[in-house]
Amino acid sequence: MNSTLAILAVLDGISYAALVFLVSVGLSLIFGVLRVVNVAHGSLYAFGAYLAATLSLRVAPVSPWLTYPALLLASIVIGAVCGGVIERFLLRPLYGRDDVLQLLITFAAFMIMDNLQRMIWGVQPIFAADPLKLLPNVTVFGVTYTSYQVILLPAVALATLFGLRYFLRRTLSGAVILAVTEDREAATAIGIDARRVYFVTFIIGASLAALGGALASPTTSLVPGMGADMIVLSFAVAATAGLGQIEGTALTALLIGLTRAFVIYLHPEFEVLVPYLLMVLVLLVRPLGLFGAVQVRKI
Amino acid sequence: MHFLRTARAAATVVAIFTSTAFAQNKPPEIKIGIATFLSGPASVFGVPAKAAAEMIADDLNKKGGIGGVPVKLSFIDEGAGGEALVSNYRRMVQDEKVDATFAAISSGSCNQLVPVAEDLKVMNFMWDCGAASILETRKYRYNFRTQANGTPEMLAVLIYLLKTKPDFKTIAVVNQDYAWGRESWEIFSTALKAMKPDVQVVAELFPKFGAPDYSTEISRLLALRPDVVLTTAWGGDLDTLVRQAGQRGLLQQSTFVLGIGESSIQRLGKDLPEGLIVGARGDHWFLHPEKRNDAAFKAFNEEFKAKTGAWPIYPVYHMAQAFKALQTTYDKAIKANGGNWPTREQVVDAAVGTQFATGFGRPVTLRSEDNQGLEAQLVGVTKSFPGYEFKLLDNMMIFDPKVITNPAGIRSVEWLKTLKPEFAKMDVPTFKQQ
Repeated sequence: MNSTLAILAVLDGISYAALVFLVSVGLSLIFGVLRVVNVAHGSLYAFGAYLAATLSLRVAPVSPWLTYPALLLASIVIGAVCGGVIERFLLRPLYGRDDVLQLLITFAAFMIMDNLQRMIWGVQPIFAADPLKLLPNVTVFGVTYTSYQVILLPAVALATLFGLRYFLRRTLSGAVILAVTEDREAATAIGIDARRVYFVTFIIGASLAALGGALASPTTSLVPGMGADMIVLSFAVAATAGLGQIEGTALTALLIGLTRAFVIYLHPEFEVLVPYLLMVLVLLVRPLGLFGAVQVRKI
Repeated sequence: MHFLRTARAAATVVAIFTSTAFAQNKPPEIKIGIATFLSGPASVFGVPAKAAAEMIADDLNKKGGIGGVPVKLSFIDEGAGGEALVSNYRRMVQDEKVDATFAAISSGSCNQLVPVAEDLKVMNFMWDCGAASILETRKYRYNFRTQANGTPEMLAVLIYLLKTKPDFKTIAVVNQDYAWGRESWEIFSTALKAMKPDVQVVAELFPKFGAPDYSTEISRLLALRPDVVLTTAWGGDLDTLVRQAGQRGLLQQSTFVLGIGESSIQRLGKDLPEGLIVGARGDHWFLHPEKRNDAAFKAFNEEFKAKTGAWPIYPVYHMAQAFKALQTTYDKAIKANGGNWPTREQVVDAAVGTQFATGFGRPVTLRSEDNQGLEAQLVGVTKSFPGYEFKLLDNMMIFDPKVITNPAGIRSVEWLKTLKPEFAKMDVPTFKQQ
C-alpha cells in the first residue's frame, strides 16, 4: 500500500469513525450514568434518521438549507419524546431491580419501535440527500469525497465530544450528573434529584442516538432493520472502549474506523469482522475495555 | 328392449352418481399459503408481492376463481426466519390445510421449506428464490420453481455486457456479504472467465449486508479505476451504493452493471444516471417491449400502481407467475380428469412440464426433468425519457431461456465452465424503448 492509498484510507476511516462515535457515545453515556444497556438505542437511531428524512423532504422545497435545522430538530424531538417515554414509563419502575429486567424491557421497546417504524414509514427505502448535496465535493489525489462526510461529520463528532466534556466537567448540571454517577445515595442525601438526573441523561443519550441517525440520513437509505444493525455496532464500540467512557468511545470509534478502512484496502474479506474482532481481542486482555477502570466497591 | 331400458337406467344412475360425486368433491375454496418477507430489509420485495397476491386473488375470484372455485390466501412472514418459519409453514399446511404453497423469496428460506413441503406432500411453488443449487441436488415431486434461477439471470447480464462493452479489461465487484452476493458473483465470474479469460478482476468487495456506508469501497474503486463495476445488491443497500457512488463520480468513471437493479429504478429517480446496465431478474418490465400495448398487461400494471403508488417490480411479476402456474396446473388437471375436480396428487402430476403464459412476457415452462422454470431474461440500459421521473430501460435484449439455462442434470457452475467466447455471440433481439 503506497502513501496515497494510506491517506485515502485515513480519510475514509475518520469519516466512518465520526458517525460510529455519534451513535455509540449516547449508549456509553446512558450506561455510565444509569448503568442500563439500552437495547432500544438502535431504534432511537432509526427514528432519528426517519424523522430527519421526513422533515428534510418537507422543508427542502422551501429552502434546501432548512434541511440542516431539520436534522437537529429531529434529534431533539426523538430524544425528548421517545427517550423521555422509555425512561419515565419503562425504566424508572425497574431501577434497583435485576439488570436482566432492564435488558428485557429495552429489548421490548426495541421490538415495539421496530414495528412502529414500519407502520409509520413503510418498508420501502427512504432517501433524503439534500444536506449532502448542498456542500461541495473535495478531491484528494484524484479521488472525490463529499465534504459532508469528510469535513462536516468529523467536525460534528469533535464538537459533540468536546461539548460533552465541557458540559460534564465545567457546568453545574454536568457536576450534578457526575455526582449521581459517582454515588447516588450521597448525591440524593445532599438534595440532588437523582430521578431527574436519570431522566435528563437518558434524553441526552437518546438525542445523541437520534442525532447519529439524523446525520446519517442524507448519506444512506433508510430501511427496516437499520436500527438492529446499529445497536450491535454501537455496543461493540462502547464495550471495546469500556462502558461509560466518553473519550474512550471516541478513540475506539477512530480505531475501528481506521482499521476497517485499511482492511477494505488490503484484505476486504475481513471487513465485517473488524469491530467484533477488535472487541474480542480487547476484552480478552482488558475485560473492562480499553479505557474502563476497576471501581472500588462501596460497603 | 329390456336390455336397452336397463342400459339407459344404468347410464342415468352413473350420470347422477358422477355429477353428485363431482359436486361433493369440488372444494368450497382453494387455500394458498404464501411465505413472503413482511419484516426486515427484504420486505421491500415481500410487501409489494403480498399486495400483488391480494390483488390477483381478488381479480381471480371476481372471474369465478380457478375451475369455478375461489382462492383464499394466508401469509407467513419469512422475516421470522429459522425454526419459527418452518413451524409457521407446518402450521399453515397441517392446521389450515392449504392446498398449495408459494415459498419463498430468500434462497435460505427455500432451502429450509422445500424439504418440508416434500415431507408434507404439499405442492410448493418456489416463487422468487434464485439459488440454482436447490433443484440441482435432488429431484423433487412436490416442489417447482415458477421462474428462472440465478444462473440465467447472471448469464444474461454478462452476455449483455460482453455484447455492448466488448473491450473492457478490468472488473470489480461490490456485492452484499451473504449467500446471494457470493453465489451470483461465482456464477458471473465463472462464466466471465470462460468467455473472456483476459479480463482482470481488480477488487472483490463484499460489504456487510445492510451496510449504511460504502465510502471506503467507493474510494478504493475510484483509485483502482476498473472499466466495469458489477453489483447484484438490492433494496436499500443498492440504493445507498448507487447514490453514494453517483455523488462521488464513480458511476461516471466506470460502467456499472446492476445485476438485479430493476427493482430500484423507480426509487432512485433522477439519482440513477444513464448508461447503467440493468437486469430485470426475468422477462418482465412494466413497459415490456413485446407486451406494452397489451390491454390486460396495461390494466394489471395500472391497477397495481393505483393500489400501491408504484409500478410493478420483479417480485410482483414473480408472484403473478406463481398464480398463473397454479391456474394453468389446475385447469390442466381438471381437463385430464375428464372435467372432474382433481385430487392433490393429480394436480401435482399436472404441474410437471406445464407451460403457462404469464401475460407480461414470454411463456414459462416448468422443465419436467427437474421442475426448474425456464424463463426468458430481459436486460437493458438506463436512459431518460420524457414523462418519467426515473430512468427507463432502453436497448433491451430478451434472452431465450433454453440457451442460457444449464441443462437438467448438469450443475450450473460445471456447465458455465464449458462455455466458449463464441457463446456470447448468440443472436439476441434488441428492442428500443418507445
